[in-house]
Amino acid sequence: MSSIPTREVARRAFAHEYNDASYTFKESDDERAPVYALLPTGERANRVFIVGTLTETEDIGEDSEYWRGRIVDPTGTFFTYAGQYQPEAASALRDIEPPAYVAVVGKPRTFETDDGDVNVSVRPESINVVDAETRDRWVVETADRTLDRIERFDAEGNEYGSMADEQYDLPLAEYKQAAVEALQSLEAEDGESDEPAKVET
Amino acid sequence: MSVTQHAKEIHEQFSDQLDVSVEEIEERLDTLVNEYRIPADEARRSVVSNYLDETDMDRDDLGGGGNETVEVATIAEDEQWVDLRVTVADLWEPRSESISQVGLLGDESGTIKFVAFETSELPELTEGESYALGNVVTDEYNGNYSVKLNRTTSITELDEEIEVGNDDVSVEGALVDMQSGSGLIKRCPEEDCTRVLQNGRCSEHGEVEGEFDLRIKGVLDDGEEVHEVIFDKEATERLTGTGLEEAKQMAMDALDTTVVADEMAAEIVGRYYRVTGPTFGRYVLANEMEQLGGADAEATLIRARSM
Repeated sequence: MSSIPTREVARRAFAHEYNDASYTFKESDDERAPVYALLPTGERANRVFIVGTLTETEDIGEDSEYWRGRIVDPTGTFFTYAGQYQPEAASALRDIEPPAYVAVVGKPRTFETDDGDVNVSVRPESINVVDAETRDRWVVETADRTLDRIERFDAEGNEYGSMADEQYDLPLAEYKQAAVEALQSLEAEDGESDEPAKVET
Repeated sequence: MSVTQHAKEIHEQFSDQLDVSVEEIEERLDTLVNEYRIPADEARRSVVSNYLDETDMDRDDLGGGGNETVEVATIAEDEQWVDLRVTVADLWEPRSESISQVGLLGDESGTIKFVAFETSELPELTEGESYALGNVVTDEYNGNYSVKLNRTTSITELDEEIEVGNDDVSVEGALVDMQSGSGLIKRCPEEDCTRVLQNGRCSEHGEVEGEFDLRIKGVLDDGEEVHEVIFDKEATERLTGTGLEEAKQMAMDALDTTVVADEMAAEIVGRYYRVTGPTFGRYVLANEMEQLGGADAEATLIRARSM
């Protein structure tokens, strides 16, 4: 094996699944080893790429700026937080006027709320305004990647499939259904703009 | 190739002009190869030269050529004498006065760099023309192969056109990161040194007055794999719409070169691209690129429903 650390792939997951990815783990005892969130469809994620609509930004910091952004996809809402250690992302959240399509590259982070729930958020590496076509492409790609994961969930040797099976008691069918609805939301938009809706017979 | 095979081929080449048996040739080769430990190809050269002298022939007169005609992509060994049937795909500006021509030769299998030297006094190759090149020698540097034309190289223009295939790869995905060393950069101006300066210093030549250039080192990520891609000055301009002069002006206005990279990142990070080009180490060099728009939801929907 090469000793040069390879760059972590940015996984694709819809908000509905991402927000369920509350279990995190490391692959080694090394303090600096990367932390992974376990996606319920059976994949480890140290980095994610999401595209959605930035609907709200708010500076919730007390002493220094700490920005929260809500990014909505067809299945739910991603929460992203950026402070002084993510200066570029923080200034993006300060400057971008919602609503706007944004692409976010970031790392999964979890925190436990006072009533014991685990919330999953994104610590952004970059936030950029993109166009509707990029958003549409992301939805289709994310649906495809989600279906890929569901398809190989039970495959022999799928370490993260069995890990998800152990850690979560979550029905895969729900994530497939979310992917289908996300795709349908695109089709509906197309139907409105290009041609009259087809009548099913 | 065995000594006997070499001997047979040489015999064929000279059978019209010289009364010599395969056995005699084989014996000469054998002495060189097995007694003097000379590589077979060199031994063959030496024997052929000897017969050329005896018959008063030129190497160019030899029928069939003594070497194997190979495809450029199969070249994977240093110092092999080969024949090629190629099209001149590209000619570059020689960096040294000893070099008469340098560029790319291509056949269906791909392309390979070639160098011709002034001292060889060869006729010039024309870009886009196809040639049969006899007796070129392969060369290796850092795992990359090239061929050298030399005094003995035969150059025959071909009537047919040799198609240039490419060994390019295509990668696509979201551009998730622009790495440091992107945007408006400075390169070392020393001859044959194009190293990117760090804080005005070249790792080889120390503090130098750099020359401005544009470059982007980006990461394309499709959710399964990451690919590193490099956009050179032209590719960067096509990708971002910002040329070198404009970039210099931006940097001058801001008294800061990093504004260029920042503006470029805002243009391209988070978008989807397909990039095509040759690979160089772990990088894909972007010769062609396109931004990818919306995808076909219908196909994925059908897939989901059939699961």
